[in-house]
Amino acid sequence: MIRNIPLAAMVGLMFTGLYFAMAILAPWIAPYGMAEIVGDVWEPSSPEHLLGTDNIGRDLLTRMIYGGRTTIFIATVATLISFCTGSILGFWAAVAGGWVDQLLSRFVDLVMSIPSLILALVILSVMPVTVPVLVVVMGVLDSTRVFRLSRAVAVDITVMDYVEAAKLRGEGYRWVIFREILPNALSPLVAEMGLRFIFMVLFISTLSFLGLGIQPPEADWGGIVKENADGINYGIGAALYPAVAIATLAISVNLVADWVLNRTTSLKGGR
Amino acid sequence: MQTTQSPLLQVRDLKIGATITPPGGRPQDIEIVHGVSFDLQKGRVLGLIGESGAGKSTIGLSAMAYGRGGVKITGGQVWVNGRDILQTGGSNLRALRGGEVTYVSQSAAASFNPAKKIMDQVVEAAVHQGKFTRSAAEKRAVQLFEKLGLPDPENIGSRYPHQVSGGQLQRCMTALALCPEPDLVVFDEPTTALDVTTQIDVLMAIKEAIRDTGVAAIYITHDLAVVAQVSDDIMVLKMGDMVEYGTTEQIITAPREAYTKALVSVRSIDHQEKPAEGTPLLRVEGISARYKGTNFDVLKNVNVELRPGQTLAVVGESGSGKSTLARVITGLLPARQGRLSFDGRVLSPDLPARSREDLRELQMIYQMADVAMNPRQTVGTIIGRPLEFYFGMKGDEKKRRIKELLEEIEMGDGFIDRYPAELSGGQKQRVCIARALAAKPKLIICDEVTSALDPLVADGILKLLLNLQKVEDVAYLFITHDLATVRAIADSIAVMYKGEVVRYGTKSDVLAPPFDDYTDLLLSSVPEMRTGWLEDVIANRKMESAGH
Repeated sequence: MIRNIPLAAMVGLMFTGLYFAMAILAPWIAPYGMAEIVGDVWEPSSPEHLLGTDNIGRDLLTRMIYGGRTTIFIATVATLISFCTGSILGFWAAVAGGWVDQLLSRFVDLVMSIPSLILALVILSVMPVTVPVLVVVMGVLDSTRVFRLSRAVAVDITVMDYVEAAKLRGEGYRWVIFREILPNALSPLVAEMGLRFIFMVLFISTLSFLGLGIQPPEADWGGIVKENADGINYGIGAALYPAVAIATLAISVNLVADWVLNRTTSLKGGR
Repeated sequence: MQTTQSPLLQVRDLKIGATITPPGGRPQDIEIVHGVSFDLQKGRVLGLIGESGAGKSTIGLSAMAYGRGGVKITGGQVWVNGRDILQTGGSNLRALRGGEVTYVSQSAAASFNPAKKIMDQVVEAAVHQGKFTRSAAEKRAVQLFEKLGLPDPENIGSRYPHQVSGGQLQRCMTALALCPEPDLVVFDEPTTALDVTTQIDVLMAIKEAIRDTGVAAIYITHDLAVVAQVSDDIMVLKMGDMVEYGTTEQIITAPREAYTKALVSVRSIDHQEKPAEGTPLLRVEGISARYKGTNFDVLKNVNVELRPGQTLAVVGESGSGKSTLARVITGLLPARQGRLSFDGRVLSPDLPARSREDLRELQMIYQMADVAMNPRQTVGTIIGRPLEFYFGMKGDEKKRRIKELLEEIEMGDGFIDRYPAELSGGQKQRVCIARALAAKPKLIICDEVTSALDPLVADGILKLLLNLQKVEDVAYLFITHDLATVRAIADSIAVMYKGEVVRYGTKSDVLAPPFDDYTDLLLSSVPEMRTGWLEDVIANRKMESAGH
């Protein structure tokens, strides 16, 4: 089993695992408290502070670990919300067709015609910025993309004879969607999930950078960039660490998604 | 420089391999042709016959030193005009392909570029190979069009592929192959995708073109009756091995091997027609139907009846509306006019309005078993679902019934946890039959259920269906274009043409003269397994048209 995993997937799995482990174990592995001021402003890296300190003297490694926890948690939950709503509505539109399809598709077109960042900024400026609100807003906005994909995939599947056979048997939407379509649509959706998770990480980071995401003193990767952005003028690289973290997480998650896609497509000769 | 004795094509101990990747395993090399040898003289036609997977196309393509889709020639020699073409590479092979050896594929529609005119494609190879100038090649193409019996040979080349019919396009492809004056043409199932009435014209055109141009040909098909009309010799293949090799006359009249005998005697099911008595189970009255967004009826005033436990065969060519009739009866396409009644009650034209009993008693089996089963469900789930859905069976009771059904379709209960991809074509169709039977239906609609199967496998399916009819007393509405199948299983027959039933009655009435024109054409177009049949039919038709 382990031997069959290609090298790229192995690397991806390792880094993804590492980030998720750090997120889960944050309170136990972080060397200091999350908002604890432990040194001078922008200290260089030293044995006490491996990545140095930030703009008000907090340990940067600690901030990174806690920040990763917040970012990954929010991105994961938002991705799940986006996939559950997007794919179920997409499948429903494809199977039901007619006015259900028209209504859902046109509504999605409407939402997608507004850039999602701007729409998110508008919504968040009138709503209280709490984690649940953030997660739901991000998930719902992103579910429009998932809707389009899953509807397109499901439309191809609904014309297959086995779906027709299920309809002739008298099966309801629930069986057709979850038992006939979902198993056959899984591979493209899994691949998309990897991609969308990364977009979520970028989305929450962007929002925090603009000040409408996670509120201080809570840490997240976008927030860390914002707090330390000024440092770049003085040659302090503190803002680059979260950037590197986001990039490596993005690449490693996609390596894993690619591998899962390959595995599921070859399974039992299905799609 | 060659002597007249040396054959045009010599194949010696040809071995062909492929690399496959089993699910979850490592790629492995397998051999798909195990050492086949034959000779082909100038001007002769060799028929390669066998079921799917027998390696006939692969062997045919080896005459061009070509392996399709990861197939590699791993051993042996192929000599064309005294050269071993497996040893020459690159530019020599390019001169060979499309010059000395050309190829006619099964689907002309998929092989022609839809964006280019037919003439440009027909002369392309000949001009590219430097055999002819453009104008000489076009002249030759027009001659070939004429010889192949294409209408308006002067101008047909300026049309696009979608502007001619399927049979005409297949003849254009033959012209394409003959245009560079090749020594050898490989015909890969050139008439399989055509209707019988079209097939006969294309066959005759191919046969005359071969005779007049004096090329040698390899003719690949799974239909022994077809190959008997065109070839001088026949090689029977099975699983990459040669079974029997002889003259056409010998293979047809005195086959030596058991496998060849089975192929020759296929479709010899003897079915006694049942008397047309009792109240009809299904009554189709004055049905007209059209597809959404179109303004012509694909079904026009169709009236047929089907009695319990009997079989009604609906015969016709593609486009005759026979599958549409099935869609109307199942409720997938609500009829515009007319009435359906089933077992004494009126059937709602629309599927969602039907009761669960209506749905249960009317089951359907599809042509392509591959796509009629969810690839992510096991055989047990596929057969078990109707049991659960209609009868609320669970656990051991359901499992016992699934095992019984698997016994009924002559498959063991070892198949219960298999996925469709792990079954052969015939087994897949059997599972579909079991799924229909699980609902304990009174009527099963069979839409071309044997068309995609090899003759011997199709035979097995037909026998199974007949046995099940005896045991379960189920009626079949059997849709097919194959008259041999109809003879084997029907009690009554409806012949459809352009959306209308042109002839309807019991089997003995429909298949006995006097015939209407269309039924006559249809019946006389079915290839018979004897040499010289094609010439007889054509001669008959010429006489008739001269008489009119």
